Amino acid sequence: MTIDIIVCVKQVMDPETPASAFDIDPESNKVVEVHGIPPVVNGFDENAVEAALRLKDDGHVGKITVLALGDHFVMDVMKKPLSMGADELVLVQDESASDLDPFATSNALAAAIEKIGRFDLILCGRQASDWDQAHVPIGIAHFLGLPVISFGQNIEISDEGVVVHRSIGDGYEVVGAPLPAVVSVTNELGEPRYPNLRGIMQASRKAPIIWSREDIGLGNDDLSSKVYVEELYIPVSEQTVEMIEGEDDEDSGRKLALRLREEKLI
Amino acid sequence: MPGILVFGECADSQILSITYELTAVARRLSESTGSEVAVSLMGEIEDDVASGAIAHGADKVFILSDDVLHGGELDAQLSAFETVCKYYKPSVVLFGRTMGGRELAPRLAFSLGVGLAQDCLDVYVDPTDSKICASRPVYGGNAMAKVKFSESDPNVIVIRPKTTEPLLPDDTREGEIDRVNLKLDPSVIKTKVIETVLESSEGIRLEDAKVVVAGGRGLGGPEPFDMLEDLAKVLGGAVGASRAVCDAGWLDHAYQVGLTGKTVTPDLYITVGISGASQHMAGCSSSKHIIAINRDPEANIFKTSSFGVVGDWKSVLPTFIETVRELVDS
Repeated sequence: MTIDIIVCVKQVMDPETPASAFDIDPESNKVVEVHGIPPVVNGFDENAVEAALRLKDDGHVGKITVLALGDHFVMDVMKKPLSMGADELVLVQDESASDLDPFATSNALAAAIEKIGRFDLILCGRQASDWDQAHVPIGIAHFLGLPVISFGQNIEISDEGVVVHRSIGDGYEVVGAPLPAVVSVTNELGEPRYPNLRGIMQASRKAPIIWSREDIGLGNDDLSSKVYVEELYIPVSEQTVEMIEGEDDEDSGRKLALRLREEKLI
Repeated sequence: MPGILVFGECADSQILSITYELTAVARRLSESTGSEVAVSLMGEIEDDVASGAIAHGADKVFILSDDVLHGGELDAQLSAFETVCKYYKPSVVLFGRTMGGRELAPRLAFSLGVGLAQDCLDVYVDPTDSKICASRPVYGGNAMAKVKFSESDPNVIVIRPKTTEPLLPDDTREGEIDRVNLKLDPSVIKTKVIETVLESSEGIRLEDAKVVVAGGRGLGGPEPFDMLEDLAKVLGGAVGASRAVCDAGWLDHAYQVGLTGKTVTPDLYITVGISGASQHMAGCSSSKHIIAINRDPEANIFKTSSFGVVGDWKSVLPTFIETVRELVDS
């Protein structure tokens, strides 16, 4: 038996963007795009793509479809999952996408998944590195009426469905659910693979399927948000660091210890 | 305003600290709203344990019990807690950003069709419009967001652990304990916990340690962590690590401090070779004092440190450990 997988991914600002380049537009309450630093596929979503590819390596998978929702896409960035080995890319493009809260985002992704139609397993990254909410996998499961398992660090397909090692910090739970199901994937799964040349060539020949909000059958009412951002601002740090400078590094180490003692910290 | 309901967490029939932290947040909020504060607990909880929640600020304690809860499945916990929410009709529901809370909160919010704010540092009533406002770090801590709710109650809010101190217990406080036998339908469980595998680490628990010595990518490999282990031992503390270290396999993920790892609040957080990426700082920024040893004078970690040394850890660390050992022994 083979299964079809949909992996949901998000295009995000590169989390390695230096704080000095980070800026906010107070009018729109949005982060200003940094010139010269392209966005990336959210890191945990690449772990989810990797999880799908491992199942495919084991011969369990028919087709891997990658799905994303956004207001604009950088095609070279969004094609990375294809060059890693995914089969198809579906992009739902709507100018309101970056204003949606997780409730509306999940609703839109669930509608797109229903339009794709064929799936047994939906994989998502555990959370996105911009807003770190970890809501969308749960929301997709809610709107599609499916079981959901979060923080998967190992995923296997059995006769009964899916068996997931769910990371719990000091270990893991082995959790099982019937298919179809939604599983969110955590970095404990292991590093995503690098695209090889053959993968990059194949991806360059694949054209993504692009849908609008109308294509997935959603109106304005379906995308109303339940939470809104009243203000987005850059916090000011009040901490001032005392730098310890010795004659050389060895001396600095000694002086640091003495200074901590002086402050009764050790 | 209707009551504030805290999702309480227990282990081994005892109430966990996060529950008291949330109760303190609820109490502070109720000074503005005048709301009652209720705490919901699950499992085999004795009356004298439940009174602990009252002493820490609760007006009411719900103790939910049902055979279906024994397996530890989140599906069952969700169903139980949702039942109490529908009965109590709170204005605000508070969760801790724990392994269970960070997942149950969105599940509850979706199920009730209400909004939710994740990983908040603070929640308060905005004096300008009397609405509940939650503030939370986003973009890995580069920005803060003030979030409000457009929908009706309850507002579901997840609080980062260790951002608020529990109230000092007052045994003269009075409150009500309400035992609820739920009779849940076992078919609510769609995902079944087959087994729990715990990776036990030796020594002091990272989350409980008063001193944490943490290493990052700058250490270059697993071997230098032996020195960190030494230093932790001398100071009676525990070792932690950045995500890069755990992803590289130098240390197990149980050592990971950060947004997706553990949250620690020691008196002293000593970092070696950690640049201070905001996702890491999310797990340690409430430490009383951060000490940084890093080669890069521009490293972000120095912005939040009390004391810093710019230098090569290979030279700084041995004399630092040696001097610390002498001082502690004397």
